[in-house]
Amino acid sequence: MTYLAKPKFHHPALPKNALGYTHRDYEGAVSTLCAGCGHDSITGAIIQACFELSIEPHRVAKISGIGCSSKTPTYFLGNSHGFNSVHGRMPSVLTGANLANRDLIYLGVSGDGDSASIGLGQFAHCLRRGVNMVYVVENNGVYGLTKGQFSATADRGSKSKRGVINTDNSIDLVAMALQLGASFVARSFSGDKQQLVPIITAAIAHKGAAFIDVISPCVAFNNHAGSTKSFDFVREHNESVNRLDFISSRMPIEVKYEPGTIEVVEQHDGSKLALRKLAADYDIHDRTAALGFLQHHAAKGQIVTGLLYVEDEAEDLHGHLRTVDAPLNALSEKELCPGQAMLDNFNASLR
Amino acid sequence: MPTANPISSVNDFVVRFANVNGSGSASANEMFARAVMRMGIPVAPRNIFPSNIQGLPTWYEVRVSEAGHLGARGGTDLMVAMNPQTFDKDIAGIEPGGYLLYDSTKPLPASKFRPDITVIGIPLTAICNREYTDPRQRQLFKNIIYIGALTALLDMDAKVVEQLIGEQYKGKDKLIEPNVKALHIGRDYAILNLQCPIGLRLKKADKVGDRIFIEGNSAAALGAVYGGATVCAWYPITPSSSLADAFTRHCAKLRVDPETKKAKYAIIQAEDELASIGMVIGAGWNGARAFTATSGPGISLMQEFIGLAYFAEIPAVLFDVQRAGPSTGMPTRTQQCDILSCAYASHGDTKHVLLFPEDPAEAFDFGALAFDLADRLQTPIFVMLDLDIGMNHRLCRPLAWDDFKKYDRGKVMTAEELEAGKDFGRYLDVDGDGIPYRTYPGTHPSKGSFFTRGTSRDQYAKYTEEGGAYVDNMQRLLRKFDTAKDLVPRPLQANAGKLTKYGVIYFGSTAPAMDEAIHMIEARGHTLDRLRVRAFPFHSSVNSFVAGHDFVFVIEQNRDAQLRSLIVNECGIDPVRLVPILHYDGTPITARFIAKAIGDHLDKLKVKPMKVVS
Repeated sequence: MTYLAKPKFHHPALPKNALGYTHRDYEGAVSTLCAGCGHDSITGAIIQACFELSIEPHRVAKISGIGCSSKTPTYFLGNSHGFNSVHGRMPSVLTGANLANRDLIYLGVSGDGDSASIGLGQFAHCLRRGVNMVYVVENNGVYGLTKGQFSATADRGSKSKRGVINTDNSIDLVAMALQLGASFVARSFSGDKQQLVPIITAAIAHKGAAFIDVISPCVAFNNHAGSTKSFDFVREHNESVNRLDFISSRMPIEVKYEPGTIEVVEQHDGSKLALRKLAADYDIHDRTAALGFLQHHAAKGQIVTGLLYVEDEAEDLHGHLRTVDAPLNALSEKELCPGQAMLDNFNASLR
Repeated sequence: MPTANPISSVNDFVVRFANVNGSGSASANEMFARAVMRMGIPVAPRNIFPSNIQGLPTWYEVRVSEAGHLGARGGTDLMVAMNPQTFDKDIAGIEPGGYLLYDSTKPLPASKFRPDITVIGIPLTAICNREYTDPRQRQLFKNIIYIGALTALLDMDAKVVEQLIGEQYKGKDKLIEPNVKALHIGRDYAILNLQCPIGLRLKKADKVGDRIFIEGNSAAALGAVYGGATVCAWYPITPSSSLADAFTRHCAKLRVDPETKKAKYAIIQAEDELASIGMVIGAGWNGARAFTATSGPGISLMQEFIGLAYFAEIPAVLFDVQRAGPSTGMPTRTQQCDILSCAYASHGDTKHVLLFPEDPAEAFDFGALAFDLADRLQTPIFVMLDLDIGMNHRLCRPLAWDDFKKYDRGKVMTAEELEAGKDFGRYLDVDGDGIPYRTYPGTHPSKGSFFTRGTSRDQYAKYTEEGGAYVDNMQRLLRKFDTAKDLVPRPLQANAGKLTKYGVIYFGSTAPAMDEAIHMIEARGHTLDRLRVRAFPFHSSVNSFVAGHDFVFVIEQNRDAQLRSLIVNECGIDPVRLVPILHYDGTPITARFIAKAIGDHLDKLKVKPMKVVS
């Protein structure tokens, strides 16, 4: 971390997005995480994605649980409301917030301890409900704030900094998200901004439960030899299935691709995802095949990354519940209170 | 002839139905209670049921009281014993001179009965076997047949029951005729074969007035609808599940946009109570009115979140329909046993607002009020129901709403105020009442955003672990709690006709029993001033009430005198001055119990009665 206050001024020639905001308008407070922490790269990617999408910064609600990852919402989107809630309980708080106002963008930030250990239940249930959100797990396989204990995503056989070998099986949140019905599932690596930024961008544009597992090495406790979540290990074992380019409905497709290697996916809001397929046999619309692909590669010690599954026209929780278009928190007495006349009828029916 | 004089009473007795759970008896028994009400006689039914779906014993007790006593009375004057499993115990519970109605299809030896009661046998099974071939019909119509017999035995107008059958099966009209037929099979059998009426009789009266007959959970849920709740997140738990069910039902009728058919509400059956309260807090944080309905074990699971909502100052409403604990305890029995676990819920220093409704009408009022209080005070509000209020039909005043009333959304800073440059400090006590302003997420592009956290922060919501800032904030939370004292419903005091040194404090579902007991206590020559506490934090009148009396009895339905502890702790009162009167066997407290406990206590203290009744 740095002790220097971040200067408020910026270069006048900084590029602006469609709303006239610069990159700086999407930043938050200075990070208090360790220098080199993977989480800070994810923060940077979120800032970049929101800038590129020209989101009004205050229309995002950032909600997190407890842990290093859950601290990061302070470090981006300084003009958004944030909620650092209870360990493992971000999904329920976010679900309630989303029900209250469907018009905001919900960004849930969690960690592997927060989502795979203490919060596994809430992780599962919010995905199966189809809450319209971006659910980012900053996954380092370790508890940082309490000094390096294994989390439930730590691979069996991996070694802690103190030399302890993990004997428990690991939980693969991506496989679970697929099984639970998340309508957008991706995995990326904090050290691969080229891959991560378009995935976050596409997840924000997605309507439904979008889950992104981001392997994010812990420089303090899980970046040593023997760890399977270190920078070196992930770089060596990364098996990327595709590279993504996000094209919002406002942008023309300018990028030229090799014919036959591109798959274009149109999302609910009109945005398009251009996928450069790296694994020729990989179909991002096949949930079952995705699970098989993941497990097949995991058995070989490979970490599959990229956009792994997307359901183009998913229905979210508000769709299931058939709620009104207006945010529930904006309804007044007139719309909510049936008044004495209805009560008279009710009383009469009870005599 | 029985050895005791048969009880003779008009419009003042207790009928108890002993049935097997899942046999369809509940709706027939409820119809009987409704018929009594329709005859203009106040009635108080209570469902005593096991934690079971089918097969275990269940009872339905109907207290008929022209005088209007709606608390449980204790004892049974007429036992309708339809459950062989509990036959012996049921007979033992009949008052001397009471009556037994039983199925006499299979002859029973005289030793199965008591000499001091009137035994009335009807061969119900034989009648059903003769009349019906379908086993399910034999079972269901048996219930209606005994109701039919009761109309003759108690001298009721059968037309009242016929009308209720018509209303109950409206829309399923082909069920009306067979039910009416069954009713008359029973009635005719009784008229032809039995001495009708017995000493217990029902006579038309005009003592019901415009009162309604409703369960507390349904009324509380309707209060949530009227109070503007839009988000409900809950997890099934007896005895609170019917509150969420009722909210769902009320919303389907009252909260669907007539044009688009879309819902102006969102209800989530969560995966557990932690998620329920998390959703409520997320919705409250985001400016919607949200609640959960639960019982004691659910409150235990919600502890961590409740502390967050207290410290981060997020509105939330919790309906706690209390049941006997600890652990699974007696999940289908009533108690007032979560007072302390709610008042001080969570780790660290916390205090929460509790409301204590006495009946469904107040459950409606407080159910709606809770949302105004939650928004005004930016904190969790607990509506403390119990199984006795929540799951039983209770006669109460009609529900009323002021159409000119506006919701109190509390201190919320708007985009206009922020734009105009008004200083926004999320935890800044600008008005001296301990209540800061908040903003809803998404209000303004560059002003008014803040970070909500359970960690200590300064007045502008900036993270700090500096001791002074922490203490300031905790002190402000106390000031806010002080402000609440004048916002919550005040205690209601009823003074004895003459000056007395003794008082009694009670709350919630104890009210009808206490109202009745006071007459019995007075008849024993003692006088008492009464104070019904309706909320925590306690209004100053609780202190002055205790100060104004030598001794004050505190009546509660728990073992540990939890409200008494709360009064001692929060009002700084010498515990010796508060005498606990405790009833906690899972049955609703009765006037007989209260009158005896207080009467005996006053006698033991060698109190010289101010009035002796010969």
